[in-house]
Amino acid sequence: MEKNNKNNNLSKASDTLVTEDAVAVYDDKAETKEILARENSTGFVTAIESETFEKGLNEDVIRRLSAIKKEPEFILEFRLRAYSLWKKMSEPTWASIRYSPIDFNDISYYSAPKSKKKKQSMDEVDEELLKTFERLGVPLSEQKRLAGVAVDAVFDSVSVATTHQKELEKHGVIFCSFSEAVQKHPELIKKYLGKVVPASDNYYAALNAAVFTDGSFCYIPKGVTCPLDLSTYFRINTAQTGQFERTLIVAEPDSFVNYLEGCTAPIRDENQLHAAVVELIAHERAVINYSTVQNWYSGDEHGKGGIYNFVTKRGLCQGKGSKISWTQVEAGSAITWKYPSVILKGDDSIGEFYSVALTNKKMQADTGTKMIHVGKNTHSKIISKGISADESHNVYRGLVKVAASASKARNFTQCDSLLTFDKCSAHTYPVIEVSNNSSTIEHEASTSRISEEQLLYLEMRGLSRELAVSLIINGFCKEVFNKLPLEFSVEAVRLLEMKLENSVG
Amino acid sequence: MIYIEDLHAEIEGKSVLNGINLVVKAGEVHAIMGPNGAGKSSLSRIIAGHPAYNIRSGSIEYEINLKKKNLLDMGVHERALNGIFMSFQYPVEVNGLSNMEFLRSAFNELSKFHGSEELDALDFAEFAEKKIKALGMNTDLLERELNVAFSGGEKKQNEIIQMAILSPRLCFLDETDSGLDIDALRTVASGIESFTNKHRAIVIITHYHRILEYVNVDKVHILKDGRIVSSGDSSLAKEIEKHGYKNLG
Repeated sequence: MEKNNKNNNLSKASDTLVTEDAVAVYDDKAETKEILARENSTGFVTAIESETFEKGLNEDVIRRLSAIKKEPEFILEFRLRAYSLWKKMSEPTWASIRYSPIDFNDISYYSAPKSKKKKQSMDEVDEELLKTFERLGVPLSEQKRLAGVAVDAVFDSVSVATTHQKELEKHGVIFCSFSEAVQKHPELIKKYLGKVVPASDNYYAALNAAVFTDGSFCYIPKGVTCPLDLSTYFRINTAQTGQFERTLIVAEPDSFVNYLEGCTAPIRDENQLHAAVVELIAHERAVINYSTVQNWYSGDEHGKGGIYNFVTKRGLCQGKGSKISWTQVEAGSAITWKYPSVILKGDDSIGEFYSVALTNKKMQADTGTKMIHVGKNTHSKIISKGISADESHNVYRGLVKVAASASKARNFTQCDSLLTFDKCSAHTYPVIEVSNNSSTIEHEASTSRISEEQLLYLEMRGLSRELAVSLIINGFCKEVFNKLPLEFSVEAVRLLEMKLENSVG
Repeated sequence: MIYIEDLHAEIEGKSVLNGINLVVKAGEVHAIMGPNGAGKSSLSRIIAGHPAYNIRSGSIEYEINLKKKNLLDMGVHERALNGIFMSFQYPVEVNGLSNMEFLRSAFNELSKFHGSEELDALDFAEFAEKKIKALGMNTDLLERELNVAFSGGEKKQNEIIQMAILSPRLCFLDETDSGLDIDALRTVASGIESFTNKHRAIVIITHYHRILEYVNVDKVHILKDGRIVSSGDSSLAKEIEKHGYKNLG
């Protein structure tokens, strides 16, 4: 049920936009096309020797991977069980995305920078690597400490440096790579691994459980407000290496943490698979705010290259009065398949989802959230902003499910789509299932586009076209950007500007 | 300040201007009147650089620092940076963008262009509020989204606020008076009147004689079928009020 709206007349003061339900397609050949075609500026490759497995996936590969990482038996068992589940599963096809089949035997499942000895200080970190981070704008230095951010940098699959461990240790906060957590805190890993996203959950979650290489682990003890915003930068570097990150965050009763995750990737001709799993657990009255800025390489304007991003992110509001908030700015990847969700199990718990998904060129994004209300008086809020440009395809898919047990549950959902020029499309598929009669569900949706008249109006006040586009976009995304930590919000604004602006001058 | 010579223009193949000649000097206030479809709005939009128009022949020269520049060679935002302002007959709504943020961005772009100091959010708020109070207008407009859910009168006031903050040299005010009740008209008119000075030229485009009771004009031009058919002082506007446009041209 797509509708086309051909309208190129700049002279019409009030063009009408055809919308049908939540589906709208805008087709135009405005000259502003250029503005929306800016190359990913983080597209470069660092020359560092790395150790990489031969391509292919089988039980032996998993055993070797586990052996290299010196994992305890229960992890290997977890992996092997997941692998046997995965073999019986098939790729999901319900998402509104199109891509040629992935050959899972054409992927290498492990790649690590060769010098694997843990670094004691920043001075020991490979200079080439530091330069890469610098170009990406990741100041892995003391500046970050002053800015109040601890960075766990993930370069390909192995965490190479972790800052501010000591400061965190003082408060009993554990923030380290997943591999390190497996070695040092096996009891916590054993208790929580796969409890929110079981290996059987879906195809990509099962694959991740079988072959995950590294990621982050974060544990906030009872009553502790984490003294720093915790931040992880993921990055894919080696060609044809799948990246299978696994993140686990546990917040004990009355604790609080802001967690930031940022991603960039260099240009690659061949598509790369990224299948991450993130699990969050919030106990009584604990608060976890999880923010993501995702800017994987999205391929060129012909749809060549780019990351396939199949991610399972889920939070469990286990305790009464707990709160989990997802904020995401999705601006990259050729394909995004991602639905950060919250299971509102504890009574009075709160789940939030704030999202900006920007697609341009031939990008495809099928993203949204699930809010599962189980406990009484649970509240959820969904704010989704989709921006489509060029020939991209942008889908919001959401589920609000209220169980019979969740009396007096409330949900508010707002889905806004903004279409820029050209042959892009925006679709929303909200699903609401309510099994009691004391709950309140509100859903609002809108579709608009950046009109030529709006841009002209701002230009006639002396703003360049680029600035005009950026002001309109930032205005549209304001509710989401306001939820990001200040530093991240600046980065997010810059990222969207970069994506949508013309490279004038 | 601006020299328009034998200007012919069309939009979507339809002629809208058929040989306009007009000179406006610094310090002058002109009024352009005329019936619907005479080409009044087209003229101001062409001055501002609206890309929908095709200039068939003629020239527009814009004088800056005693040098004449070909206005038609300048881009839309370049014209604005060089002091050309057009108030919109139907100001455009931009959801999500705060009026304050918009005004500050525009002000700072202009400051950058002139090499003067940009203002941060706090300083700008103070500056803008002062300007708006001086106009006798409501500072609440600053906190709202750009023109979104503004009444007709508020939108027109907001155009005058933009003019006051950006302090342009040449202002084309396109039917700034239409749709205003008498109080709003007085506010807008006194805003315009207070804005006049010897370095600035203002061109008021209007259907009605009404606004000219509040703003002193040096010249009145009657536009009909894309041509100026009559020019004179403010008494010409009174003539029109009495006899209409029919007998002209």
